[in-house]
Amino acid sequence: MPDPNWQPRIVAFFCNWCTYTAADLAGVSRLKYAPNVRVIRLMCSGRLDPQFVLEALAHGADGVLIGGCHLGDCHYVEGNYKTMRRFTLFKRLLHDLGIEEQRVRVEWISASEGEQVKSVINDMVEKVGSLGPLNLPKRFAEWDREITALERELHKAEQQAEAKEAEVAHA
Amino acid sequence: MPDKPKIGFYWCASCGGCEEAVVDLAEDILGVVEAVDIVLWPVAMDFKKKHVQAMPDKSIIATLMNGAIRTSEQEEMAHLLRRKSQYLIAYGACAHLGGIPSLANQFPREQILRYVFEETPTMVNEAKTRPQTSFQNNSHALSLPEFRNVVRALDQVVEVDYYIPGCPPTPKLTKAAIGALLEGKLPPKGTVLAPDIALCDQCPRKATKPTDVRFTEFKRPHQKVLDPEKCFLAQGVVCMGPATRGGCEAVCPCGNMPCSGCFGPTSRVRDQGAKILSSLCANIASKDEKEIREILSGIPDPVGTFYRYGLAKSLLRRKVDLSSTSVDGKEPVR
Repeated sequence: MPDPNWQPRIVAFFCNWCTYTAADLAGVSRLKYAPNVRVIRLMCSGRLDPQFVLEALAHGADGVLIGGCHLGDCHYVEGNYKTMRRFTLFKRLLHDLGIEEQRVRVEWISASEGEQVKSVINDMVEKVGSLGPLNLPKRFAEWDREITALERELHKAEQQAEAKEAEVAHA
Repeated sequence: MPDKPKIGFYWCASCGGCEEAVVDLAEDILGVVEAVDIVLWPVAMDFKKKHVQAMPDKSIIATLMNGAIRTSEQEEMAHLLRRKSQYLIAYGACAHLGGIPSLANQFPREQILRYVFEETPTMVNEAKTRPQTSFQNNSHALSLPEFRNVVRALDQVVEVDYYIPGCPPTPKLTKAAIGALLEGKLPPKGTVLAPDIALCDQCPRKATKPTDVRFTEFKRPHQKVLDPEKCFLAQGVVCMGPATRGGCEAVCPCGNMPCSGCFGPTSRVRDQGAKILSSLCANIASKDEKEIREILSGIPDPVGTFYRYGLAKSLLRRKVDLSSTSVDGKEPVR
């Protein structure tokens, strides 16, 4: 049964020079946006290894938001182009592995676009919210139920055999 | 005469290539047989499960287990051999990472069973009969193991001490591992018994790898005449070398085929597929979204290409929207 109190949990990776600064601006401008996002600051969106996204999802994130400078504006010249190239294929890979497209989103937001941070986060929280929880840790546990049952059974059989042996020895 | 140390071999969901690899030790296998007693080797010798059950716990010095775990019988044998062995060694890509069999983690159990028993073109089965796990005929009772929903690597079922990678492992690594075992010169538990460096380091084509790889297209090996000396990446061919552990001495590149990744990642990488994807894509020579998409159309099946040997041990393990439970072959919807 779905938990009525469930709220989407989103991990955001923002680049230091643009999107993180924009999130800062949204803060000092006192813009209100959904509190479901945990922001991690990277020096560049190009630093974002796709492994980080998988790791976040595997540990219970319902979505991952990636923010970098607008194309052409990267502080390191072309870090965000690398991000774009990677995530073009990465999204296809995620789709093939059953992760809905809206769960991983790449946005280019410049330092002055605090308003954009607010609207992107609100929009993403709404979309991921309507998809429902991804909850991979729970799914992993559910998948493994089929093997833990056997393990318990074997353990029990083993103990019984030992008890029987002890009895024989005693007699 | 003191007893020789005991060694076991066992196979689970595998093709038999790993057994072949043991035989590939050639004359050296005589040296092995001289030094140890083989107490279980279903493919070559006649020992039964009950023989193993009758042995004291930990009486086998090491069991080399190959193959992924797909059925309840394989699980049971894994638990049994774990109990009877001092060292349980995952031998080969399937036991180490899930291997090719774990590509089945992209499909629901029901779809696989339906295809195999009803829809395969060579299959005539009008009554749509499926094997049952238990069957009673007069006084005869027969049983079959349970076919699980998920394919697993060995260490996802029982604790594993060491891993010998490869599809199949090379005779050299096998010999070195058995040697280390008999001499007691073993590295810390959990080690993969192969060099912890990317394959490129051992590749004879290393010198031709450009410092700045720039992909303008991706071609699969059958779509192109491959230069026998030039780095595959420089030829626009997906080679898993940069994200794969060395130790095979680049047998595939030496045979003019790119690396397909069977040794799995090095210890610094958690997810081999994501890592090679990251490396290949970053080096695409375009800044135009449409063009990038076109170049990437040269990789039609990223899961099959990047997780060919390791879907079970990847971070997501399997297609995530497949269900986890099935009773009597029925596949409940999530």
